[in-house]
Amino acid sequence: MSDLATLEKSILDQITSAGDEAALEAVRVAALGKKGSISALLATLGKMSPEERKTEGARINLAKDAVTQALAARRDVLKAAALDARLAAETIDVTLPLREASAETGRIHPLSQVWDELTTIFADMGFAVAEGPDIETDDYNFTKLNFPEGHPAREMHDTFFFNPKTDGSRMLLRTHTSPVQVRTMLSQKPPIRVICPGRTYRIDSDATHTPQFHQVEGLVIDKGSHLGHLKWILHEFCKAFFEVDHINMRFRPSFFPFTEPSLEVDIQCRRDKGEIRFGEGEDWMEILGCGMVHPNVLRACGIDPDVYQGFAWGMGIDRIAMLKYGIADLRQLFENDIRWLNHYGFKPLDIPTIAGGLST
Amino acid sequence: MKFTLSWLKEHLETDEPLEKLADKLTMIGLEVENIEDKAKALAPFTIARVISAEQHPNADRLRVCMVDTGDGGAPVQVVCGAPNARAGLISVFSPPGTYIPGKNITLGVGTIRGVESRGMLCSAAELQISEDHDGIMELPADAPLGKGYADWAGLGDPTIEINLTPNRQDCTGVHGIARDLSAADMGKFKDPGIKPIKGEFPCPVQVKVEDASLCPGFALRLVRGVKNGPSPEWLQKRLTSIGLRPINALVDITNFMTYDRARPLHVFDAKKVQGNLTVRRAKDGETLLALDGRTYTLDGNVCVIADEHGVESLAGIMGGEASGCDDNTTDVLIESALWNEINIAQTGRKLGINSDARYRFERGVDPAFMVPGLELATKLVLDLCGGTPSENVVVGKQFGEDRVIDFPLTEVKRLAGIEVPLVEVKLILTRLGFMLAGNGPVVKIAIPSWRTDVQGKADIVEEIVRIVGVDKVPMTPFERGEEPRKPVLTPIQLRTRRAKRALGTRGMVEAVTWSFITNDAAKLFGGGQSELVLANPIAADLSDMRPSLLPGLVAATQANINRGYPDVALFEVGQVFRGDKPEDQLVAASGVRHGYASSKGIGRHWTGSAVAGAMDAKADAFAVLAAAGAPMQALQIVPGGPAWLHPGRSGTIQIGPQNVLGTFGELHPRAAEALGADGPMIVFEVILERIPQGKQRATRAKPVLDLSAFQPVSRDFAFIVDRSVKAGDIVRAAQNVDKKLITDVTVFDVYEGKGIDPDKKSIAIAVTIQPREKTMTDQEIDAVAAKVVAEVTKKTGGTLRA
Repeated sequence: MSDLATLEKSILDQITSAGDEAALEAVRVAALGKKGSISALLATLGKMSPEERKTEGARINLAKDAVTQALAARRDVLKAAALDARLAAETIDVTLPLREASAETGRIHPLSQVWDELTTIFADMGFAVAEGPDIETDDYNFTKLNFPEGHPAREMHDTFFFNPKTDGSRMLLRTHTSPVQVRTMLSQKPPIRVICPGRTYRIDSDATHTPQFHQVEGLVIDKGSHLGHLKWILHEFCKAFFEVDHINMRFRPSFFPFTEPSLEVDIQCRRDKGEIRFGEGEDWMEILGCGMVHPNVLRACGIDPDVYQGFAWGMGIDRIAMLKYGIADLRQLFENDIRWLNHYGFKPLDIPTIAGGLST
Repeated sequence: MKFTLSWLKEHLETDEPLEKLADKLTMIGLEVENIEDKAKALAPFTIARVISAEQHPNADRLRVCMVDTGDGGAPVQVVCGAPNARAGLISVFSPPGTYIPGKNITLGVGTIRGVESRGMLCSAAELQISEDHDGIMELPADAPLGKGYADWAGLGDPTIEINLTPNRQDCTGVHGIARDLSAADMGKFKDPGIKPIKGEFPCPVQVKVEDASLCPGFALRLVRGVKNGPSPEWLQKRLTSIGLRPINALVDITNFMTYDRARPLHVFDAKKVQGNLTVRRAKDGETLLALDGRTYTLDGNVCVIADEHGVESLAGIMGGEASGCDDNTTDVLIESALWNEINIAQTGRKLGINSDARYRFERGVDPAFMVPGLELATKLVLDLCGGTPSENVVVGKQFGEDRVIDFPLTEVKRLAGIEVPLVEVKLILTRLGFMLAGNGPVVKIAIPSWRTDVQGKADIVEEIVRIVGVDKVPMTPFERGEEPRKPVLTPIQLRTRRAKRALGTRGMVEAVTWSFITNDAAKLFGGGQSELVLANPIAADLSDMRPSLLPGLVAATQANINRGYPDVALFEVGQVFRGDKPEDQLVAASGVRHGYASSKGIGRHWTGSAVAGAMDAKADAFAVLAAAGAPMQALQIVPGGPAWLHPGRSGTIQIGPQNVLGTFGELHPRAAEALGADGPMIVFEVILERIPQGKQRATRAKPVLDLSAFQPVSRDFAFIVDRSVKAGDIVRAAQNVDKKLITDVTVFDVYEGKGIDPDKKSIAIAVTIQPREKTMTDQEIDAVAAKVVAEVTKKTGGTLRA
């Protein structure tokens, strides 16, 4: 073996055994650096004859190329190994538990959710949303709604009153959202289509009553709306709200001071171990009251009952929320037990829409 | 209102089954609340005879009976524990498979102490027909074996209870209910009319009515020589069937008239009445021992019937014990009167008396039936007790006015959306007692005296629709109209909705608290004004309308802490009250954080835990404001807030001193203590009405985006400033150097401690410079940087940190 061949093999061996990029670089410098062994051989070419230079030059350059290629190949191997080693050292514990996203842990109260559901359904039917104050006058809460003098609802044991003013009048906490209907009729010209959701108050506190509760009422005033429309709207609403394809409803004549004719509405359901299913079963459950707006109410609100007509309905938001979402105890709605709220509450991004569904 | 089927049939000729009648009642507005049909429930219980009763071989107290069930089959062996089980006894038997209501079990074939028993001999308690459980029932020897017990015992008369609406006083009597049913095609109404009974002598007792507004009518008659005592069986049965206790014939007649004819009456023992009767207001402090055995103290608002002795009866509500009728009564005064509904209701409520008379009078009885009712009662007295009637004494002018209205037939279609032919309208109304004249298009309708609830055209429509059936009204699609689809929520409604969702996405949980809080808490939060204090709160701690949501939220948070859940972030968006006018009611969005419930999340976590602090509340408030569309660039933060916040850890959010939008911070320890809260509570409250309404742009297109072609440059500066210097002032100073070039100033570090003087702090800001027209040279950038340093130094007295 020639000296060159020996040198080449020795260098290639050193390349193979170089353990890291620094060692490899040392090999490169020793071979190809300014004072490297192959560089030294190349430097000898100048002193050679042209013929000798031709043959020796070719030989040395071949060896140089071989070394250069081997260096590059080895460098790639070492680089990959070094990266692997680094990455291995960077390993993290991916099983560490995350914090749940805030949007997942936050909750919307069932009453707010149902409020949004109601508004969504009725907005789609062309209803606006009207609101009014909780603190009302006797006139708006009772008189204009055709409650006779001496009606029991006007007594201190049914209705929350404030202390009398110097002129003898006294404010009260509205017992229904009907005064919002009054305010709407007094301030708008027909046609009127509104729903009036809001907080209401009655002196009542037991397993099925709380001193504050929530109602949504609806009001339509125009020149042609009648009981047939009322039945249709409530039917459509119940199907949409309870998210069932069909529902059986029963309209019973009843009595309210502010409507004539007056009706109570039952929906057919099946009760099974605390769960209620609508659209099936044999039981009837009362769900709302409604009727044609009493002519006295229209007159009191400046509307001629021989020209205009309309209907109104009212139902408990708390009650329909409980029915739909299987909430057993009314009082828990206002207890704010974090465990209850986490269970019965809704995620903030679950916003009821017509397109995406109310609760899905 | 309660009655039985057989009672109804006294007034209605019908073969309709009970279920159909009940359904019809509900569908015409007389909602059936309950039907008790003993005959159905007790059908398997039959009359049987004990043939033999031998001692049980293995039990001292039991007997083995052979029972003849009367079905012609072999005797049945029954093990019985009743002491009165004996040979020859006629009793009540139930076979295996029978549901025993008194025990709530279904009987099976049993083996009792080794002896088979194929049925049961029953006590009255086991059938739930009385409390009597001392042994099995003993029936008379002639009771028919094998027949149903309930039928034989006359229990086969189902009881119907209707939930009467307050307008239908005419249906507080069975007679009126029968009329309604007949109008609804359920049978023929029996209304034979009432013949006056001629008086044989003048009534010796005169009546004076002092206040006709309290007593529009009063009729009285004496019947002499009656023989009082237990009423006949048919009458007793009527009363017991609806849970009333028979007393004596005279009293039973009044109770019968009350339920049969909706006509409450009163009977006085004439011998116990001194002189003439006066209807008057009670004198303050007068007392009466009433028929319920209680003594009532009266005042001038109570209407009474008095004799020369004193008060004898609470008018229209309850009679007095002293002048009541008993078995010794020989002369009876029968009273039939009209009373002021409101006064009756108020008196009844005040005295706490719920009598059958009050129930009817406060709804308003048929005025025209006052005298006929007296005649009918007189007839019953004569029939049952004998005697000689006097002439009637009648005080008052007019009992029921003629009420006739014009009714356009089109009203039915207009209001109810259903076409009802005139013949049907006529039939329905006539059967209900109305009278019609004319054939349209407008007819005259006379309203019967007993329908005090019917006033106008809409009431007539209701009468027709409820009898035709509301289910016959066709559902009619309601067109939403030509109106374009537009948002229907008002700005406040929209803000409310968005505030809730925004706080929810921050991990907060929505609470709903009471609108009323304690007076102390109200005062603490700037409320407690006298116009916001309830006159009749449901509880002492729910007395004041809330000026803020925070007292309720703090209480709810504390309740969760007490339950073992200390890391809580609650919010509420709801009404607060600053006065009693509509414009004083505002919508607040408020929140409370406690414990490990910072913006990072609830509870401790390896990624970093933090106890909630004032800056979390600031972030909450800002989230609400941003979601509600507040102009965020215009908001100013002023240190400090209302008295209920920690003076050093609170802030006020405002747009100028006149418009405070909200506050945030740590609850003042004194306020926390007053509210019963443990440890720091982090709170905020924003008033949604205070957010200025942004201008609606004419187009929904967003403004043109102006992108610079040149890269932005960022320069960092750290300033040493006094601890009291506000970061906001440093940021503003830097920004104000060149509002066009400097597009962002961010505080990226705040440091106090080692290396810095104790009364100083270091604040580091990053300033972004955005060249507009050309790339800036280093000199130009340095010039801006130098201005930033100079301006901050000038405004804050700080120095650039070396």
